[in-house]
Amino acid sequence: MKKISLRAVLMLAALLLTPAFQVMAVEPDEILSDPKLEARAREVSVNLRCLVCQNQSIDDSNAELAKDLRVLVRERLTKGDTNEQVVSYIVDRFGEYVLLKPRIGLHTMILWFGPLALLLLAGGYFYMSFRSRPAASVSAASSPKLEALSSEEQAALDKLMNKD
Amino acid sequence: MIVEIGHFALILAAIVAMVQFAVPLWGSYKSDPILMHVAIPAAQTHLMLLAISFFSLMWAFVTSDFSVMNVFANSHSAKPLFFKISGVWANHEGSMLLWVLILALYGVMVASFGRNLPPSLKTHVLSVQALISVAFLLFIIFTSNPFERIPNPPMDGKGLNPILQDFALSIHPPFLYLGYVGFSIAFSFAVAALIEGRVDAAWARWVRPWTLVAWICLTIGIMLGSWWAYYELGWGGWWFWDPVENASFMPWLAGTALLHSALVVEKRGALKLWTILLSILTFSLSLMGAFLVRSGVLSSVHAFAVDPERGIFILGILTFFTGGALSLFAWRAPDLKQGGIFAPISREGALVFNNLILVIACGTVLIGTLWPLVTEAFGLKISVGAPYFELTFAPLMLPLLLAIPFGPLLAWKRGDLRGAAHRLYAAAGIALLVVVITYSVTSGESMIAPLVIGIGVYIVAGAASEILWRAKAFRADWSEVRRRLFNMPRASYGSMLGHMGIGLFVIGSVATSVWNTEKIVAMSPGDTQTIAGYDVRFDGVKNIQGPNFIEKVGSFNVMKNGEQITTLHPGKRAYMVQKMPTTETGIYNAWDGDLYLAVGDELQKGAYTVRFYFNPFIRLIWLGCLIMALGGLVSLTDRRLRIGAPKRAKKTRSAVAAE
Repeated sequence: MKKISLRAVLMLAALLLTPAFQVMAVEPDEILSDPKLEARAREVSVNLRCLVCQNQSIDDSNAELAKDLRVLVRERLTKGDTNEQVVSYIVDRFGEYVLLKPRIGLHTMILWFGPLALLLLAGGYFYMSFRSRPAASVSAASSPKLEALSSEEQAALDKLMNKD
Repeated sequence: MIVEIGHFALILAAIVAMVQFAVPLWGSYKSDPILMHVAIPAAQTHLMLLAISFFSLMWAFVTSDFSVMNVFANSHSAKPLFFKISGVWANHEGSMLLWVLILALYGVMVASFGRNLPPSLKTHVLSVQALISVAFLLFIIFTSNPFERIPNPPMDGKGLNPILQDFALSIHPPFLYLGYVGFSIAFSFAVAALIEGRVDAAWARWVRPWTLVAWICLTIGIMLGSWWAYYELGWGGWWFWDPVENASFMPWLAGTALLHSALVVEKRGALKLWTILLSILTFSLSLMGAFLVRSGVLSSVHAFAVDPERGIFILGILTFFTGGALSLFAWRAPDLKQGGIFAPISREGALVFNNLILVIACGTVLIGTLWPLVTEAFGLKISVGAPYFELTFAPLMLPLLLAIPFGPLLAWKRGDLRGAAHRLYAAAGIALLVVVITYSVTSGESMIAPLVIGIGVYIVAGAASEILWRAKAFRADWSEVRRRLFNMPRASYGSMLGHMGIGLFVIGSVATSVWNTEKIVAMSPGDTQTIAGYDVRFDGVKNIQGPNFIEKVGSFNVMKNGEQITTLHPGKRAYMVQKMPTTETGIYNAWDGDLYLAVGDELQKGAYTVRFYFNPFIRLIWLGCLIMALGGLVSLTDRRLRIGAPKRAKKTRSAVAAE
């Protein structure tokens, strides 16, 4: 459990859900001799979730299951699978939950297009509001409107005026 | 006995808070200044009672009174004193008590620093503050009482989770809470303004320092957490896009937007409604963070459904305050007059752009954090992790980063974009030079990373050139420049530092994530490994006895070019009470980055798994955050933020000149 965050830790402590806390994720004996293949294994691993952990990729987790998955990823890669093939192999067996970057689909529309929609909406709003009051009117309309004084303010003002 | 006093003070504090809420509000309705004035002594009494309550709990922790459930569950007699004290807020109940204590502290600060505040505004602010306090005190008393006793006290406690027994993590929650709770002041000011139906420059000038204080503390709090994660977790990571981290990051993003929009209200009287809305949203996000962390909903929606008492209560608080404030907003907003028209290319326009991006970035984090909870509730489990946020959040921030140096160079109302660009030529030139150097030094490994580093450099240099331009450097003689630099408002230096901090942060985070090197090997004593030019020799492991742990400490001799540099001692601790291991990393901080070592399990006799990292320029991440916070602090000392002071300032200055 390395990739656990600070307050996740506090929360876990509060929930008394404190599993053994060890350091190592990728162990020396797991590493492939071919550095190119190992780099690809890393690339795949950081996007796969350790299913029994909280928000950790299998690359950072020391859980047994994460280790099994890391070994599995490396096995598939050495057998000649492409990165995509490895990922779909694992998703077929463990479900979409394993992906830290969810696939684009109806159920993830809001994730992938929500920010863009917000940007267009807000940008459009500001564009319209600037168009509706052209820059030419800037100097003419900038004088602040006067507000009536409240009774307390009037009283305070009278007091000041009477002093002199 | 002391514990009972603390318990009693807590209940009394809730009653005083109810008085502080109701009586001044009634007084304001009846225009009775005496009833309105009740808010001030009530706020002071409220703070005093909560201080008594808090320190009673601390007393129970320090004296290891295990007849108190909370002390039994979170402390141990063998724990060092410092962690006995920090143990008070390292658990749910105690941290909520800290939350209300800070809330009361802010209340009293408004009461005592707010002498020049219009009486009705002050009354309304303190009244709203008290209502928030009432809600949280009821939450503590009914669902999370820290003073609960155990009928048959056990001999010793269960101890505190070892990973919480750390200096940075001990002071991390107080800073975070000073941030979260500090935004309640902006919230209360917003609600008070809606009740009174007026927002003016004075209002903004009042809101800004409080927002700034909260923002500074939140920045430091998040930085401490990130730093802790880096040196404690043993693999060199510093931000994980974990939902709990996001919970603190969202109020920070919204709070940063608020700092900037309040500036527009203060200087130009525009964006009033937006600033009110943002004040409400920022505190609502703080409350949502509390809900996410405290309810257990993050670990699993189902776990939450099984034991929903606390979660439902906080959700109730969140709904009441956010819903209430937004309803009030919908009702009263049309009465507030908008002012200050400006052209799109202007200081105001730049600040609107800043707000636009920050709020959408905040929305992105919100969607990414909450959507998995929504789908899980419908029976479909998906994960949203770091890869998602890196793909959405980072590109969103890029245009904002490019725009940062332009903002302060544009004039209010209508700015000259070409003129501003002209003043940034030097900064852009320096940045371009750095891009070329970075690209060639890293032998073209990455195209994008040197460019982003260049953006960081351009932000830092751009911030400096704005100050230099305003001081007429290179255009006037030195005495004139010096005079101008000396007389420039501190807020200008504050914003310069704030923006420089962002630039440094960008440089550090990009450099370390793109060019870090890693090596995971099995080492026996006497073995040597080379990483990033360092030759590291493993000299074996020793056992060391700590106050409440045993540590296996490794010894590593670090050499560079045949010269001895340092000895690092990464280790592994086993805490006796909890039977839990923790990692202690060994870090050597050179000018160009950190050499970072962590030791793992023993493989065969004497051989250990060792993780080596070299993290280039990683310290710039936290240094950037600190400089940002420092910028806030400098800005806070600006005279204009202390109402009534500007006149006096002029007088003293002319008096000095006359002498």
